[in-house]
Amino acid sequence: MNGAIIQFVDVHKSFTSANGTVQQVLRGVNFDINAGMTTVIGGASGQGKSVAIKLILGLMKPDTGKILIEGKDITTMRPRELNEVRSNFGVLFQGVALFDSMTVFENVALPLREKTKLSAAEIHKRVMESLAQFGLTGHEEKFPAQLSGGMQKRVGLARALQLEPKIMLFDEPTTGLDPARSLEIYRLFHKIQHEMQYTSVIVSHDIPKIFNLADQVVVLHEGKAKVFSNSEDIQRSNDTIIKDFVEMTMGHIYQSRLENE
Amino acid sequence: MQIIVKKIESLGRNTLYYFYDLGGMGMFLLQSIGGIFRTPFRFRALLKEIKVIGAFSFIVIFFTAAFTGMVLGVQGYYTLSKVGSEGALGSAVALSLIRELGPVLTALMVTGRAGSAMCAELGIMRISQQIDALECMAINPYRFLIAPKFLATIVAVPLLTLLFNVVGIFGGYLTGVKLLGVNPGAFFSGMEQSVLNKDINLGIIKSFVFAVIIVWICTGRGFLLLKIRSSGFGAESVSRVTTQAVVLSSITVLLWDYLLTAMLL
Repeated sequence: MNGAIIQFVDVHKSFTSANGTVQQVLRGVNFDINAGMTTVIGGASGQGKSVAIKLILGLMKPDTGKILIEGKDITTMRPRELNEVRSNFGVLFQGVALFDSMTVFENVALPLREKTKLSAAEIHKRVMESLAQFGLTGHEEKFPAQLSGGMQKRVGLARALQLEPKIMLFDEPTTGLDPARSLEIYRLFHKIQHEMQYTSVIVSHDIPKIFNLADQVVVLHEGKAKVFSNSEDIQRSNDTIIKDFVEMTMGHIYQSRLENE
Repeated sequence: MQIIVKKIESLGRNTLYYFYDLGGMGMFLLQSIGGIFRTPFRFRALLKEIKVIGAFSFIVIFFTAAFTGMVLGVQGYYTLSKVGSEGALGSAVALSLIRELGPVLTALMVTGRAGSAMCAELGIMRISQQIDALECMAINPYRFLIAPKFLATIVAVPLLTLLFNVVGIFGGYLTGVKLLGVNPGAFFSGMEQSVLNKDINLGIIKSFVFAVIIVWICTGRGFLLLKIRSSGFGAESVSRVTTQAVVLSSITVLLWDYLLTAMLL
C-alpha cells in the first residue's frame, strides 16, 4: 500500500460573508496523503482544518485547484461519480452526527441496511459484533442523547467502519472529552487501524497527543500548508510560524524534551 | 458619492442573493421529485410520516372545522335572514367550505402543525451535520429524508381537507338547523342542488397544490438552512428559519388560493 491516495494541488478557498467581506482561508495548499498512513492535519482555530475535511469529502468545492482521490479529481465530478468515491470514506464528524431520532443499533445498522443486500439476521449479527468490539453491548436500544460523549464517539466510529472504508476521516475526534477519554479514543483508533489497515486522516488541534500515532503532520497556517514527516521535524523546524505554533499548542513539554537532548 | 456606490453595491448583492435563493429552492424541488422515484423506496418511513402529518393532525383539523362550520352557520343565518332566504344557508355553508375555507384553513393548520415540525427537524439535522453524514455514506438525502415527507403531505392534505369539509358542514348544520331553526330539508336539498362536481374538483386541486407548497417550502428552508443568509447560527438559526418557513408557506398558500380561484372558477 503505497502512493498518494489523497492529493491537494494548489487549493484556494475563500468565504464571502453577508456584508460582502471576503475571508481567504486557503491560499494555495499542496500536500499528499499516502495510502495506509496516518496523517494529522493541525493548525490553530480558523485556519481551515474543517474546510480541508469538507473539501476531501466533496461537501465543498475549492475556488481553484484540484483535489485528487486515488488520482481522480473530485472537484469536477458528477454527483454519481462522487458518491462512488465517497463509498471509500468513513467519517467521524466533530459533533459525531449520529441520527438522534434513531437508536444506537439503528445508527450502526443504517449503512448496512442502505448500502448492502445483507439479510436482517446478518445485519443484526454484524452490528451486535461490532458493538461488542467497541464496548457498547447492552446500549443498543438507547438513543444517542442517552449516552456519554465518549460512548457517542465510539458509536460514530462503529457506524463509520461498517462498510470497511479505505480512508477514515476524523474531524476533531476528541472535542468535548476529558484528557483520559481522549487518550482512550486515540488508543482505540490505533488498535482499529492496525486491524483494518485503512488510511487515516485526523484533523485536530490536539497535536501532542497524536504525535505517536502520526506518520505525517500537515500544519495549516495563514492559508498555506507545511508538511512534516515526523514529530522531530516539526519540533526542530526553524520556521518562525511553526515555532510559534508548536509553542502555542504544545508548550513546555516538548521544549523541555529538546533541552534534555 | 461613497454612500451611493455602497447602496448600489448592496442592491446588487441582495438581488443576486434572492436569485440564488430562489434557484436553490428550485433545484431543491427538482431533486426532491427525483428523490421520490429513486429506489429503494422507504415505505415504512412513508407510513410513519403519513401518521405524523395526517393522523396526528386529525384533532386540530376536527376542531378548526367544527367551529368554522358553526360560525358560518350563525353568520350565514343572520345575513341570509335579512333578505329572507334562510333556506339557502345549506348551500352557502357548503360552497364556502368546499371551495375556499376547507382547503385554505387545512393548509394553514398543517403548515403550523406539521410544516414547522418538518422544517425544525431538517434544520437540526443540517446544523448537527446529520445530513452531511448521510451524504458521506453515499445515501441520497432527498430519497432518504425528503421523499417520504413529500409523498405523505401530498396524501394527507387532500384527505384532511375532505375531513374538514364534512365536519364543517356538520358544524353549520348544528348551529343553523338545530340552534337557529332552519328547515333541515331546505338546508340539505339546497346544498345538494348548488354544490357541483366542479366545486369539489376545485377544492381538491387546491388542496394538492397547497400540499406541494407546504412541503416544498417547509422542508426546503430547513434543508438549505446553511445557505440562507440571514439565518444566523445554531439554535437561533433553526428558530428563525422555522418562522420564515411558516410565514412564507402561509403567504404562498393564500396567494395561490387567489390565483387558482381566479383561474379555475
